[in-house]
Amino acid sequence: MSMRSRFYALAAEALAGDERVAVVSAEIGVGELPAHPRHFNVGIREQLMIGVAAGLALEGLRPVAHSYTPFLVERPYEMVKLDLGHQDLGAVLVSTGASYDASTAGRTHQAPEDVAIMAALPGWTIHVPGHPEELERVFRRSLRGDDRVYIRMSEEENAARVDGEGVVVLRRGGAGVPLVLAVGPTLSETLAATADLDVTVVYTGTPRPLDAAGLRAACAQARDVVIVEPYLAGTSTAEVAAALIDRPMRILSLGVPLGEFRHYGTRAEHRAAHGLDATGIRASVDAFLLSG
Amino acid sequence: MLGYDDLPELLTRLTGDEKHDWSSLSTLDVLWVLHDRLLQPDDRFLLSKGHGPAAFYAVLTAKGLIPLDALEGFGSFASMLGYHPDRTLVPAAGIGSGSLGHGLAIGVGSALTGRRVYCLVGDAELDEGSNWEAVQYAGRIGLRTLNVVVVDNLSSTYHWPGGVEARFALEGWSAARCDGHDHDAIERAFAAATGMRPHVVVADVEKKR
Repeated sequence: MSMRSRFYALAAEALAGDERVAVVSAEIGVGELPAHPRHFNVGIREQLMIGVAAGLALEGLRPVAHSYTPFLVERPYEMVKLDLGHQDLGAVLVSTGASYDASTAGRTHQAPEDVAIMAALPGWTIHVPGHPEELERVFRRSLRGDDRVYIRMSEEENAARVDGEGVVVLRRGGAGVPLVLAVGPTLSETLAATADLDVTVVYTGTPRPLDAAGLRAACAQARDVVIVEPYLAGTSTAEVAAALIDRPMRILSLGVPLGEFRHYGTRAEHRAAHGLDATGIRASVDAFLLSG
Repeated sequence: MLGYDDLPELLTRLTGDEKHDWSSLSTLDVLWVLHDRLLQPDDRFLLSKGHGPAAFYAVLTAKGLIPLDALEGFGSFASMLGYHPDRTLVPAAGIGSGSLGHGLAIGVGSALTGRRVYCLVGDAELDEGSNWEAVQYAGRIGLRTLNVVVVDNLSSTYHWPGGVEARFALEGWSAARCDGHDHDAIERAFAAATGMRPHVVVADVEKKR
């Protein structure tokens, strides 16, 4: 079951079982989400979707707002900033579409910059699950809180879930070897890309707040750090640099490159074109390590 | 508790301006009638038009919701009272505002829970398209706990030909227009709500100079 299908099932369960939970939608997902007195489909009105979520939070409910990535966080960005952040109200925003899930749909339905702009606002926890079971874990936990949470779902997913919080070490290399941080659904390709390299591979599905202590512990004496993110390249570079500020190091930031990418085709073609498949990641890592 | 006649002194304290004719403040009478006659303890008032909040602060102070000594220092670094309200600094403000076109949607969310909501917007604020998303949805679903007052000082550059209330009515709202300085007329305009659908009051005040 995809993250998206899992989310719809979990949202239905939450509506039925938790009187505090409300869902606000703007046509996207309405066919999959249940009709319920606390499911408000506002039509194709995304500014209203976020404002309504804020009003529900003002009354003590736990709103979940859901849409396609660009329509959830880009179109109503000022509402996200003010109606939730500035009013100090909480909500769980759950997007679908990620960077290039809509590979045939073109730029209008692609939002590789979403995490960067959400991370530019204070107080948001940002989850980028790499597997449907990770999605379930963070969504269930988010429903219990009253804070601001952004969950970025994707059709891209790893072969297996990762258990554990924060930065999790998946493969430990020798002393001082490069550290590779994979975020969310880039993990399987990253592991394949580095299978025969002596590197330490760590993972997080929660890029904000970044687990700085976990990253420092995993980094040990590494001099070279590689970040692999499924969204705009460089989104977490400053966070990683700040976490490791007392150590001399070089950072390679992989992700979706900045640019108008005018191609259709498949997700795999987009992944490869952005250098985010195993071959592309390996080529970038090799060049980076050689250059040092 | 202070009364309507105390508002000029509060406004003078707030602004340091002793010569101003406060009766020209566009929102003062509507705010007074809401807080003095209409709002019940369980109701929620949202000032969406956060510009020029002096009248709002004065009314809240008269009602004991802002401490008197907060008025001096309006807009200064450590003041709770800014040129746009912040609900985290002034809980009685309901919402923080300043950027136009936000309060109405928040009011819809609040009203969806059954809460009775009063939201004040300006006629020029309605230029912002986000308001119409809220007006359309609230009207179409018959959100009867939502009340909006448009303080109309004809400040929208391109105007609302035929009256802005016609646009609300088309979307399914009940509507009433009144003199925005006549307290009894304002109260009657709110009382015209049917209880079956959202209600808008358009309060006429002087044209913005």
